[in-house]
Amino acid sequence: MRADLKIIQQWIEPDMRVLDLGCGDGSFLAHLKSEKNIFDCGLEIDPDNINLCLQAGVNVIEQDMNKSLANFRSDSFDTVLLAQTLQTVERPDILVEEMLRIGKKCIITFPNFAYWRHRLKLVSQGNMPQSSALPYEWYDTPNIHHCTIKDFDTLCEERNITILHKTVVDFNHRSSFLMNLNPNLFGINAIYHFTR
Amino acid sequence: MAKRIPADSVGIVSPELFHFDEPLELRSGRVIEQYDLMVETYGELNADKSNAILVCHALSGDHHAAGYHNPDDEKEKPGWWDCCIGPGKAFDTNHFFIVSLNNLGGCAGSTGPSSVDPATGKPFGPDFPIITVRDWVKSQARLADRLGIHKWAAVIGGSLGGMQVMRWAISYPDRLGHAIIIAAAPKLSAQNIAFNEIARQSITNDPDFHAGRYYDFNTYPKRGLMLARMIGHVTYLSDNAMRDKFGKDAIEGNFGRDLRSGKLNFSYDVDFQVESYLKYKGETFSHSFDANSYLLITKTLDYFDPAVDYNFDLSKAFLDSQCKFLVISFTSDWRFPPERSREIVNTLLKAEKQVSYLEVEADQGHDAFLMPIPRYIQALKSYLGCVIEEISGKEAKPDAG
Repeated sequence: MRADLKIIQQWIEPDMRVLDLGCGDGSFLAHLKSEKNIFDCGLEIDPDNINLCLQAGVNVIEQDMNKSLANFRSDSFDTVLLAQTLQTVERPDILVEEMLRIGKKCIITFPNFAYWRHRLKLVSQGNMPQSSALPYEWYDTPNIHHCTIKDFDTLCEERNITILHKTVVDFNHRSSFLMNLNPNLFGINAIYHFTR
Repeated sequence: MAKRIPADSVGIVSPELFHFDEPLELRSGRVIEQYDLMVETYGELNADKSNAILVCHALSGDHHAAGYHNPDDEKEKPGWWDCCIGPGKAFDTNHFFIVSLNNLGGCAGSTGPSSVDPATGKPFGPDFPIITVRDWVKSQARLADRLGIHKWAAVIGGSLGGMQVMRWAISYPDRLGHAIIIAAAPKLSAQNIAFNEIARQSITNDPDFHAGRYYDFNTYPKRGLMLARMIGHVTYLSDNAMRDKFGKDAIEGNFGRDLRSGKLNFSYDVDFQVESYLKYKGETFSHSFDANSYLLITKTLDYFDPAVDYNFDLSKAFLDSQCKFLVISFTSDWRFPPERSREIVNTLLKAEKQVSYLEVEADQGHDAFLMPIPRYIQALKSYLGCVIEEISGKEAKPDAG
């Protein structure tokens, strides 16, 4: 299982209603379903992924989260999850507000743009950063709203969002001394658990 | 010589007539004292009767959903949903027992307006009561009882068939495991009703209609039925589907304007392929379908609105439903476009039901639900694959169920 998802699952309690925005092949929801008996609902737009969700017995709705989530009622889910997708959406701030409206608690993970290797690439070489977390060329990337841990902290502060947990990990889901010392510099992936 | 039958076909099938003596009280308040239902089944019912799927037909469908009737007729077309039903197909007859019936009021063997009224010895004609989707589902539940099926593994239908699926989830919330609703709508719009009314007017204004008693005159409203079907057929296709179908002449920007005889006639006869096609379709249909049944079933469509009993909040109708839902729409369907399916999905979300939804890119219009569109068929296969696992899981545990 992907590093960020391993951490997230600790925050999902049995029988919760979980909405996964951009649920991919549905494997994470399927895992939560078998382990924690959650009520699952995934949003996805990729036809192949949607088919994989159906194969996995995961509830999946073909819907573009960029357009609207108005069809989801306020407080209708215990947890709303957005994993590794924040940087690809049209208006991350509006999406965060919508997640807070629909879910009692929210979880967001994203690649930290301020990771030192990214910084180094930009400062020393003058190129857009690329890494295992950001493997795309600048002209062909789904990532249109990069953000850093500091940026997300600021957003939470401005919007009166209460951060329940915040952690950074590398790809092996290790948290090192350096990461804890300066997450915005040494963290590759940021994981936030928050509410209002 | 016997014809060649594809390996994934259910093969030669024969329908069976079920007679019901218990009076059926209808939504209108009227009662059908006794009735017959014409039924076809494919596959085998398992020991604990947990593998049954009910297939619900649309306006012009009937019980013959798959396979062939005649072993010698080389030209015979298979049943209307043959692309989905058979060994190894989406509704896999190696695992499922599929039940398909001709609905009450139809004209393919079940009791309907063209059946003889035992009280008079004459066809019911216009005296046959208006049947609603709710009444159909009630009669289908009695068929399930007769077959010993307490709970369907799934109830599946497209268009008007999808409305029956919704009604099953509402009327018998614990008698189906899965509800698969394809190219449907929670109720008809004014535009939908308008098309139905034009179809009805075409039939009732035909001089051969004789106020619905045409059987007594040994005739039938052929022209009216033809017109009705032609109108209907256009609404089942998309603009693009028609451009493709009637635009085989390789001229760029042809728009489906292939000529019938290669030139304009400068008369009011048929000039374009589309005209002769519609005429042919209408004519074929008029031979095989009863005009009174057509009138009745268009009314059944118009009346469908399960929200009326729930203060016009459809989500309340589904509150007791215990099944999972799969809703599928097609992008070029303008009779029941994707927005209508999304209404169903949003209603189910509001009712906190388990629902999946697919919007399949397809050019074939409303008729897409009858076509072997790869993504659509694969989705049904994937979804029903899980249903097969559920059933076999249950079978493995002897104390379950």
